[in-house]
Amino acid sequence: MADARLSLDAFDPAAEIAAFNARHRSAGGIVTFVGQVRDSGGVEALELQHYEPMTLPGMEELARITQARWPLEGLLILHRSGVMYPGDAIVLVCAAARHRRDAFAAADFAMDHLKSESWFWKREKTATGWRWIEPRPEDHEDISRWRA
Amino acid sequence: MAKLVFMGRLEDVAGTAEMSVSPGPVEQVLASLDPALAVQLLGEKVRMAHNGRLLTDVGGVVLANGDELAFLPPVSGG
Repeated sequence: MADARLSLDAFDPAAEIAAFNARHRSAGGIVTFVGQVRDSGGVEALELQHYEPMTLPGMEELARITQARWPLEGLLILHRSGVMYPGDAIVLVCAAARHRRDAFAAADFAMDHLKSESWFWKREKTATGWRWIEPRPEDHEDISRWRA
Repeated sequence: MAKLVFMGRLEDVAGTAEMSVSPGPVEQVLASLDPALAVQLLGEKVRMAHNGRLLTDVGGVVLANGDELAFLPPVSGG
């Protein structure tokens, strides 16, 4: 079963990964991806904003599509909203499958779609103040790979 | 009243995250706003959602009492 969650508070990726792995003991391969706030470039804080009526429903739909596309034994999509600091986890994707290629592809697909099609808005704080982050052209190139 | 919601950078442009407006056709609601804000809201990359559902076209959309219209600039998650 797919599990999509929006977290308004900090989460512990290692604990989430351990719990996910324990739930999927029959899977031969589990791929996990953690996105975190980078500690470079003078970024003091990062804020992700979500839109309540659409963000979590969109993540649930992404989880459903990802599960329909690859034979997975389990999938977790966990995304933060709110203010984060360098080193904090932003996103966690875990994909469990019988075979590793399905797990790699599913996690990659879910991440590409989270980056450029999920309902989040991001701004970062540096010494000069807060600045909204616009999507990068690469994000759209990444997602177009899946539209063969 | 109906509610307008401004996400991301549009919140800075509007100077507020939410705004109460009189119900009515969307075109009429937009015409009642500060023109500088309306221009940003109608930008080609801004999408709109009426009560949580994406709109493909605002033509003919009418905001009723209690409705919510959200303005969604390009997203950047992950």
